[in-house]
Amino acid sequence: MGQFLQQLINGIQIGSIYALIALGYTMVYGIVRIINFAHADIFMVGAYMGFFLAPVMAKIFGGAFIPTIIAAMLITGLLGFVMEKLAYRPLRYKSRLSALITALGVSIFLENFSAMPFVFGPNFRKFPDLIVAKNIPIPGSLGLSISNVLLLDVGVSVILMVLLFWFVNKTLIGKQMRAVAFDKPTASLMGINIDIVISTAFIVGPALAGAGGILYGTTYGMLASPFLGIWPGLKAFIAAVLGGIGNIPGAVLGAYIMGISEAFATSVNSNLGYGIAFAILIGILLVKPSGLLGKFMPEKV
Amino acid sequence: MTFVRTHRTIATVIAFVLVYAVIKVLNLAGILNAYYIQLIMLVGINIVMTVSLGMVNGFTGQFSIGHAGFMAVGAYTSAVITTVWLHTSTTNPWVGYPVFIVAILAGGLLAAAAGYLVGAPSLRLKGDYLAIVTLSANELIRTVIRVTDVLGGPRGLGGIPKFTTLEVVFVFAIGSVVLMRNYLFSSHGRSMKAIRDSEIAAEATGINTTRQKVFVFVFSAFFAGVSGGVFAHLLQFIHPDNFSFVKSLEYLIYLYVGGATSISGAIVGPAIFTLLPELMRSLQSWRMVIYPLILILTMIFRTEGIMGLKEFSFILIPQRQRKEVSV
Repeated sequence: MGQFLQQLINGIQIGSIYALIALGYTMVYGIVRIINFAHADIFMVGAYMGFFLAPVMAKIFGGAFIPTIIAAMLITGLLGFVMEKLAYRPLRYKSRLSALITALGVSIFLENFSAMPFVFGPNFRKFPDLIVAKNIPIPGSLGLSISNVLLLDVGVSVILMVLLFWFVNKTLIGKQMRAVAFDKPTASLMGINIDIVISTAFIVGPALAGAGGILYGTTYGMLASPFLGIWPGLKAFIAAVLGGIGNIPGAVLGAYIMGISEAFATSVNSNLGYGIAFAILIGILLVKPSGLLGKFMPEKV
Repeated sequence: MTFVRTHRTIATVIAFVLVYAVIKVLNLAGILNAYYIQLIMLVGINIVMTVSLGMVNGFTGQFSIGHAGFMAVGAYTSAVITTVWLHTSTTNPWVGYPVFIVAILAGGLLAAAAGYLVGAPSLRLKGDYLAIVTLSANELIRTVIRVTDVLGGPRGLGGIPKFTTLEVVFVFAIGSVVLMRNYLFSSHGRSMKAIRDSEIAAEATGINTTRQKVFVFVFSAFFAGVSGGVFAHLLQFIHPDNFSFVKSLEYLIYLYVGGATSISGAIVGPAIFTLLPELMRSLQSWRMVIYPLILILTMIFRTEGIMGLKEFSFILIPQRQRKEVSV
């Protein structure tokens, strides 16, 4: 029972990080219908921003965590904006698949450029301690404990998710985003500026991934190499599909399912932990092709 | 027999043989060393992989991004037959090569079976779901290999005899490209293009779209499996990480940069992009920064890929190009 709860807690922790990345995939997909492969690398840039900015922020502000996460979000948001402007916008009205190949190109570029010695460097880096990690025992539960890093991960992602829900559901630009995701040509006929909406999606999604990067660094305490984004990114993408790609609550649900199932499977066998995500995904897509919360859109003649 | 159509088949064979002759002469003259020959063999394997991916992605308009998974099935099946079960070696080619050929064909068949398992349920759906299911299947296959001890698990499988020579690669590439070419310009090929251009219209004209899509997918997986077998017997050591989805993405890059809607594009793409990083060797670590930039610029300024809709004249008679090629 103790083991069970511990794995559940671990799953929720990793699920929170996946959720932040998955939201970016799902927003961009919902609006422009491309799988933004470079999103995983933006997550990586966010994590490295934590590494480089934390000492500076600690000097300026005294505390490191909040200023670092905000700075990292601003930088990754800007990166997403620039990326869309330079690499995706020229292909907007051309084949969707060429945009996908461009996304791959951007991804390879970000990885290898970051690995250059004068950028982030190819080597292992120890992530600075943004907060002092300590375990808080849960009273009345036989020796179970919760680390404050975990509370931080879950807390930050829940706060950001609530902000995102508010942004998408209550603000004007959020309503425009939903309209564009629903029907792009009609939305533009209603006077919505598609360019602004797409740019916003490419700022908000990467900013969330940047926050995810900081949480990732804080949780694992190290950054392996600038290629570290690939696998968490893939998992998050799978999570977004699992929940119904284009659907924001779906991405969060998918990410927690993914995180929890992965934590349980890893406790059995680490290779199984890696593969379980894909097995679950295939199983769900065969039964419900639009994902758990996705809506099925029949094709019109 | 739709496969045995002779027009342009001989031209394609001659073109490949000429390329082979040039490379062999350069090799014997000492201009191309063993390293470059190895690279050229990889180009040949990549061409077959890319053309087979092009059948699904370019000609049928479906979107598969898990081709390396089928390659893994073929590679591991053939390697297990030649290495683990039969302990063949290159010392006795009269025994070794027949076993090798049977092994790579078995690899292809098993990959085709895997292709059927993946394709049959997911090709009924439209949109990006095939992409996601193939991607997941690719990683799932890799996970299965990782946990299976007889396949070497996470340690990889080594000691595979080196049956793959330049000649083997050329015979394999010629055979596969010709087979796929003749299929693509048959009536089946025309129904594939009809599905790509409008699935609903294709269905209305009486094409069994699901059956056609599944067949192409299985056919394509077969060639991916055979390529995997040839690949395994070239490298002599295979590891599950050789066949991750990153590898699948590489083939997508080759295909779309070359030009997904033509066979010639699927030949040019892998040839250029396998050799390009090597040609830029003097740039050292900058080459992996410049490579994606070339990729992005090609996509922005030549969206249809290098070859676009054009075919080499040895693939398709120029007069027929207008008739066969559609957007």
